[in-house]
Amino acid sequence: MSLYIDKIKETAERLLKDGSVDMVIGFRKGSVPMMNEPCFIQKPQEVHQLVWDSNCGINLANYLTDRKEKIAVVAKGCDSRNIVNHIVENKIKREKLVIIGVPCTGMIDKRKIAGMFDKPIDAVTEDGDIILVTSAGKETRLNKTDVLQENCALCIHRNPVIYDELVGDLIEEQTGIDRYAEVRRVEAMSPQEKWQYFEDLLSPCIRCYACRNACPLCYCPTCFVDESRPQWVGKSQDPIDTRTFHFLRAYHCAGRCTDCGACERACPVGIKVRQFTSKLNRDCLEMFGWEAGLTLDQRPPLDTYKPNDPNDFIK
Amino acid sequence: MNLMEHMGIEPGRLQFSWISSAESTKFVETVKSVTQAVKAIGPNTTYKKNPVKVA
Repeated sequence: MSLYIDKIKETAERLLKDGSVDMVIGFRKGSVPMMNEPCFIQKPQEVHQLVWDSNCGINLANYLTDRKEKIAVVAKGCDSRNIVNHIVENKIKREKLVIIGVPCTGMIDKRKIAGMFDKPIDAVTEDGDIILVTSAGKETRLNKTDVLQENCALCIHRNPVIYDELVGDLIEEQTGIDRYAEVRRVEAMSPQEKWQYFEDLLSPCIRCYACRNACPLCYCPTCFVDESRPQWVGKSQDPIDTRTFHFLRAYHCAGRCTDCGACERACPVGIKVRQFTSKLNRDCLEMFGWEAGLTLDQRPPLDTYKPNDPNDFIK
Repeated sequence: MNLMEHMGIEPGRLQFSWISSAESTKFVETVKSVTQAVKAIGPNTTYKKNPVKVA
């Protein structure tokens, strides 16, 4: 996977040099292990900062909203689907973009890895499918497949859906994945159990809105939780307010969420935020046969009316 | 509505209807049936904000 990086750098340098873009958005090393950060390269001599490994879980489509300059963006499968969303929703113009597609083999779950060690983690490197973790001076080998982010383990769109440049051969998509086992597990519960399950799930929430800020879909100039006239939802950590925030945010992502996992990755207290969006994603797939961000030619189901839209719930 | 029930709102508590302003009979019938259904489920104990306790 790190072989991609030479190609990414080369492409970025070429595009900046020949003036086809004003800026390249990619990843650079973060200040702590497993936390690559987005970076914005404007000069060809800065491309050496770019990196690519299994810690690039942030969704870069988030940084494209309403940009006017010509941008090259590094995009894995989910990023590319969010770029499609952005184009469909008129948040960016296709002709302003050069998409550097990266076939992705999944990102690793920093929280899961940190939880495997008693001492802090000093360094994480990788060699193909092996992740080498150094903690307290000792090196441990982990299989990448065992430490993938949950959404990456369940991903069926690893290759970018649109791209102008490709940094490696397209890879085989995962098949036979049971993407919605968690949704079904919750569905099998009684209403009281469901209520309690989400109550426990959300109890650590500190309302920091990191999930919202990391999400490329959340681009409203003023989010409903920040409005004060009128105030739609309480701003406290009252469990009801917290729940209202989470399910309303999920509803805003209905038919748009690509399950990139940026929300879960960003959560400082490790809430499985995807429990909300997965349910909506599954419903969208079952009711409208829709997966977000796969095509530029079709309007999203919640954006259009079709006579055969399911409407049994209206009595 | 699916997500609401998914996170623990009892089925039947949340209902949607489409009623034209000319359909007074349907309006009355709907109100009756919703009231009946919700009464059968009982009071809402979960999705309810408790009043703030002051001193």
